[in-house]
Amino acid sequence: MNRFLIPFGVFVVVVGFLAVGLTLNPRELPSPLVGRPAPDFSLPQLHDQGKVLSSNDLKGKVWLLNFWASWCGGCKEEHPVLIHLAQSGEVPIYGMDYKDTREEALTWLRQWGNPYLVVAVDALGRVGINYGVYGVPETYVIDKAGVIRYKQIGPLREDILQGKILPLVRELQNQ
Amino acid sequence: MIPEIGHYALILALCVSVVLGSLPIYGAAVGNSMLMSVAKPAARGQFLLILLAFCCLGYAFADKDFSVLYVAATSNSQLPLHYRLAAIWGAHEGSLLLWVFILSIWMVAVSFFSTHLPEAMRARILGVMGLVSMGFILFMLTVSNPFERLIPAALDGRDLNPLLQDPGMVIHPPMLYMGYVGFSVAFAFAIAALLGGTLDATWARWSRPWTTVAWCFLTVGVAMGSGWAYYELGWGGWWFWDPVENASFMPWLAGTALIHSLAVTDKRGGFKAWSVLLAIFAFSLSLLGTFLVRSGVLTSVHAFATDPKRGLFILVFLAVVIGGSLILYAWRAPRVGLGGGFSMVSREGMLMANNVLLVAALGSVLLGTLYPLFLDALDLGKISVGPPYFDTVFVPLMTPAIFLMGIGPLAQWKKASLPELATRLRWAFGVSLVTALALPLAMGQWTPLISLGLMMAIWIVTTSAVGLRERLAHADGSSLLGRLAAVPRAYWGMLLAHCGVALFIIGVTMVKGFEVEQDLRMNVGETATIGGYTFQFDGTQQYKGPNYIAARGTFRVSQDGREVTVMYPEKRRYNVQNQTMTEAAISPGLLRDLYVSLGEPLDDGAWSVRLYHKPFIDWIWGGCLVMAVGGVLAISDRRYRLAWRRKEVDVPAATQMARQTVS
Repeated sequence: MNRFLIPFGVFVVVVGFLAVGLTLNPRELPSPLVGRPAPDFSLPQLHDQGKVLSSNDLKGKVWLLNFWASWCGGCKEEHPVLIHLAQSGEVPIYGMDYKDTREEALTWLRQWGNPYLVVAVDALGRVGINYGVYGVPETYVIDKAGVIRYKQIGPLREDILQGKILPLVRELQNQ
Repeated sequence: MIPEIGHYALILALCVSVVLGSLPIYGAAVGNSMLMSVAKPAARGQFLLILLAFCCLGYAFADKDFSVLYVAATSNSQLPLHYRLAAIWGAHEGSLLLWVFILSIWMVAVSFFSTHLPEAMRARILGVMGLVSMGFILFMLTVSNPFERLIPAALDGRDLNPLLQDPGMVIHPPMLYMGYVGFSVAFAFAIAALLGGTLDATWARWSRPWTTVAWCFLTVGVAMGSGWAYYELGWGGWWFWDPVENASFMPWLAGTALIHSLAVTDKRGGFKAWSVLLAIFAFSLSLLGTFLVRSGVLTSVHAFATDPKRGLFILVFLAVVIGGSLILYAWRAPRVGLGGGFSMVSREGMLMANNVLLVAALGSVLLGTLYPLFLDALDLGKISVGPPYFDTVFVPLMTPAIFLMGIGPLAQWKKASLPELATRLRWAFGVSLVTALALPLAMGQWTPLISLGLMMAIWIVTTSAVGLRERLAHADGSSLLGRLAAVPRAYWGMLLAHCGVALFIIGVTMVKGFEVEQDLRMNVGETATIGGYTFQFDGTQQYKGPNYIAARGTFRVSQDGREVTVMYPEKRRYNVQNQTMTEAAISPGLLRDLYVSLGEPLDDGAWSVRLYHKPFIDWIWGGCLVMAVGGVLAISDRRYRLAWRRKEVDVPAATQMARQTVS
């Protein structure tokens, strides 16, 4: 046995782990809220300040809640995925405009397109705190009984949508 | 147009690096001196091309060319020019360009300062560095191109991350990279020696100054990063054992071990295989750091925006470079042979123990950094390893290392006598022990850790004094000044670097032992007292910076009724990214820092405020600076100056004549 090969052996093991590590996402934390009722909120709407979006109104259907902001780069990144999903009409997407100003948010939606059925305004981020938002964007799948079934931290990607979210949504809709 | 020129220059640089990485190494293998002579001009040409690319990117930033994706993503029209230029290395793509640029600077330096090396050696060294730069340029051109266009152009940029809009951040990355990349020289020397089979004391003599210079840069770079975290993050901490901090600390530990092991190889011909391995480690860990920061494998406050394709590229690159070198090592090192024998109680023995301890510390930091990844990969759950683990393993490993640091320089090579050493050091030991026990009591608080820390620091200083005194006693020269001048600078450098460690330990010990921290709500006009200083809060004012709006608080600080200073901490809101930043106010001092940071605004003009009194904290960075100065002093030693001057023989006779006439 050549003892000069030991460093190489150790290195091979480390590289193996690093390679596995590449396929994992350290940000994909198990959220304590998954499986729990989604925190209630009742907030003014972005496009019509007189109206209110309340989580209670959404009981009975499966919906996505997407935290976003006009100042967030990741939101721009996931935006085409959301638009595509909205066009398919498979599941309603509700937006939560997080710590943002109304004008900038409206301009952003006008410029890039609006995938949301309704957008609520969480100007101070209080609802975000209840949902345990780390940073925007974050997306929650909420079932007919108002229970959080899945949480996506960071931008949505087409593969996550097709591989995880849509199958889950279909399953929940059939319940 | 300008960005395309930069892009084109990068492509040309890739071509040059392919030539540089192949012909000279092949030439050295077959003994063809024409092929070997390609190395020098190729290295210099590559430098010019990368310099051109770098300037093009700088121009795009200065010109606010938001049709370049990278410029649009990391700057903004309101961002001041100096930060726009620093934004070149503000994110992934540009910092890679900085990496390659600095690598090419090191290559040029090698091409200029290696005229005393045999031609084959020089060709191999530059060739290996060319191969490394080839990998990085390829990485940029395939998945991280800083010159990529954004069509149609953005109206304005998304701005530089506000955390990076700070003078420290302007120079921290170049310093750090000078260190990281500088180890590529030691690495290239080691690989060249393995390839050529000329692994001897001369090899160590040549690579020593390069290693020391890189180490100095890295020391300053790591210290600056820590200082930046201290004043910019607003938590008052100076080291968080964050994966990215560890990524910069691990090469430092390897480099420190390498410097000491090279000393043995140089002076005694021992530890040859070990030195080569350490040289490979130091650079590998720099590469690993690059991988960890950019692949998204670990979570960290510093992590760059990540992309799996990039991670895969760096991993493959890592596997080829490090794996290849370790196989080469396994193949060649067994033939190197051992140096002269030595007893365990000798300078070699102690340096070996010091190396083992440093590498053990390195291993434990590496383990702690990668442990969350290991567990996740084995599906055993998600955890994060924090300061408690690192503190627990680090202190017990460093304590004996520092004890040895005092004895090592005094021990004879080959075989030393333990009783004799004990006699020479009994005063140093007594003084350290008594002061370390008594001093904390005098300061009003005694804990074992404070005493231990002080004891280590004083031990280093007193043993250095003993060593210096013995040196002076044996030095030639009649007057004290003459004898002081006779002590070689390398020795002064070592003493200074060791004393830098002592200063560092004092800083850490005093901050850990005596810092006072208060989180409180302060109304306008209210006062709070910590560490003998009274802080009066005079409220906040709004003001507008170039690209942010800020609330600036005013704190009048007084001691014994006398006003000492006025401090202005800020809470900034950066317009573009809508991100709030805490700008702590710090009043630095030799014996203490006062530190105020604003929390959140409360009602009626009141704020939540955090106040710190941090004794001796600046000694932490001061110590690092002293270590680096020690390194600089060591490489300015006579033997290196002589090697440099010997070259002047080549200077044409006319110039020599002219010089003589002038003098």
